[in-house]
Amino acid sequence: MSNTPKLLLPDIPNLHEIDVYLTNGGYEQYRKAITMTPDQVINEVKISGLRGRGGAAFPTGLKWTFMPKGNEKPKYLAVNGDESEPGSFKDRQIFEYNPHQLIEGILIAGYAMGINVAYIYIRGEYHKWIKLMQKALDDAYNKGFVGQKMKEIFGNDYFLDIYIHKGAGAYICGEETSLMTSIEGDRGYPRYKPPFPAQYGLWGMPTTVNNVETIATVPAIIKIGGENYAKIGAPGHTGTLLYGVSGHINKPGVYELPSGTLLTDIIYNYAGGVKKNKKIKAVIPGGSSMPPLRGDEIEGVKMDEESLKKLGTHIGTAGIIVMDEDTDIVKVTLRIAHFYHHESCGQCTPCREGCGWMEKILKRIANGDATSKDLDLLISIANNIEGNTICALGDAAAWPVRGFILKFRDDFEKVIKHRRTFISPNIVHGRRNTASTLIYEEGTN
Amino acid sequence: MESTLNTTEIKFNEEELKQIEKIKAKYPTEKSAIMDVMWMAQKKWGWLSKEVMQYIADLLNLPYSHVYGVASFYTMYFKKPMGKYHIQVCTNVSCMLNEGDMIFEYISNKLGIGHNQATQDGLFSLEEVECMGACGGAPMIAVNEDFYENITIQKIDELIEQFRNQTKNK
Ligand SMILES: Cc1cc2nc3c(=O)[nH]c(=O)nc-3n(C[C@H](O)[C@H](O)[C@H](O)COP(=O)(O)O)c2cc1C
Ligand code: SF4
Ligand code: FES
Repeated sequence: MSNTPKLLLPDIPNLHEIDVYLTNGGYEQYRKAITMTPDQVINEVKISGLRGRGGAAFPTGLKWTFMPKGNEKPKYLAVNGDESEPGSFKDRQIFEYNPHQLIEGILIAGYAMGINVAYIYIRGEYHKWIKLMQKALDDAYNKGFVGQKMKEIFGNDYFLDIYIHKGAGAYICGEETSLMTSIEGDRGYPRYKPPFPAQYGLWGMPTTVNNVETIATVPAIIKIGGENYAKIGAPGHTGTLLYGVSGHINKPGVYELPSGTLLTDIIYNYAGGVKKNKKIKAVIPGGSSMPPLRGDEIEGVKMDEESLKKLGTHIGTAGIIVMDEDTDIVKVTLRIAHFYHHESCGQCTPCREGCGWMEKILKRIANGDATSKDLDLLISIANNIEGNTICALGDAAAWPVRGFILKFRDDFEKVIKHRRTFISPNIVHGRRNTASTLIYEEGTN
Repeated sequence: MESTLNTTEIKFNEEELKQIEKIKAKYPTEKSAIMDVMWMAQKKWGWLSKEVMQYIADLLNLPYSHVYGVASFYTMYFKKPMGKYHIQVCTNVSCMLNEGDMIFEYISNKLGIGHNQATQDGLFSLEEVECMGACGGAPMIAVNEDFYENITIQKIDELIEQFRNQTKNK
């Protein structure tokens, strides 16, 4: 249990301070990286098998090769610290405990792709962590590790500026194209892909978007070498992951463990088991948009993308939500549906309307005013949202609703039977609620 | 947060204007400074009134409609006055499983206000928020910029009492 490597959150007190980071080999990996050519660095990341930690598990090295070579045009790196997928709270640990490794990762990534400006997008609610990250960044600038002074300090002519961009409460801005429109100063609407960010990103220039944890892993890869990194964890999805465990759990928190660790190991050995020793009804393996697993399915389940894919779900952000046997599944599904409806940006009809319908129908079920047919209707709506939208928020909304109904149909049926009251046949229209509580109208506060 | 009542003169001071120049220098276009500038404005005036948004529009050479558009896209920009202590209660899944929804009800009843409403004296406002990225500390609330994790009814009573006293003693 204790000899698992800690590449992202090692047990070193005060590692967030630049001097402590330096005495522990800090910024040496960047020095090592610049003895290689940019292509060699990218190759090392490819060999490592690193896959994105932002949700889609896309191979990082491959993504970097999409960036055009040369520097006729400015190129950008956007580091995604929006971290708003319910159940996810891992990037925050990096801001707090190892911010310099993130900065060093940005330097290495920037060098590999020939980028001179990087933005770290951090969700607005993380006021405290934005300050911590800014402090680390200021310290790195003062030492000349970032910015124009780098040339002197590291003795080559590469330099990189890093800025923090503070969000303001919009889950959708974690979606990579929305993140870019948000930085550009527009409403954070996602853009249609293609063109992909590597062709048409920030201000129309080539841009790479990577998650905070992904980038923070890069110095560790340079340190031990891609080949050695690839030996850690599951072969198809290598390395260590920051698993965030929450819900009905005795020791909630973030655990850095190799990919492919048994889900039951994480829950029972690391996170202290289920509260009050209850049985598990359901587990969401990777943030609220990922289809759930039933409690009776989790034995032997390995926590990596390839293993989870076979079970019809995904690793997502590795945010594990544990629900005990007494959990009201209808209530949970309704809460998740409410979230995606609330966060839909409203550009595409299937997502904007579909998410609303799903929430309304689930509310009807919860209120005892539905029939079994409504469950099929929900699945049909989910199927019609999936794949028919500009960005993947549509899928993120559809998957959990469909997943919960398929895996827990009995729970839904039970609620429908026992709570049925038939208040009025036309209740959906009767209860229409379109007022926005946020818009200020003169005299109505 | 400064007074929201006396907003006759909406203007950043010299130092703040310098700060804005620094923000603009982060980006290739002036427009990108909008989010940071709105954060500054909200900190200074408490919320983004029409006048404040117009002022930001002038500062960044943007149409008012654009500023309003951006302000209304994000839930953290207040388009109406909020309390001195803005209480945000997470009721998303991990918090809900740990009775975050009950915490919301409790505060709502205690203060007599609902979602996105403020108390008459302007001291408190309440918001039901989505996951704040603190699920490991569920249930959690945030008051203005500070997170309070593993919250209980008793801790809430203490906090509210503490905020009331802080104001009295000023
Ligand atoms: C609705 C939505 C929300 C997302 N939120 C985040 C987020 O908060 N953080 C993140 O890193 N990626 C998020 N993503 C994934 C990003 O679009 C993108 O794939 C990721 O940042 C790429 O980084 P990676 O390759 O390092 O994983 C989100 C995607 C969608 C569709
Ligand atoms: S899928 Fe939803 S969130 Fe994404 S662009 Fe369409 S409406 Fe907006
Ligand atoms: S669910 Fe409440 S902080 Fe994540």
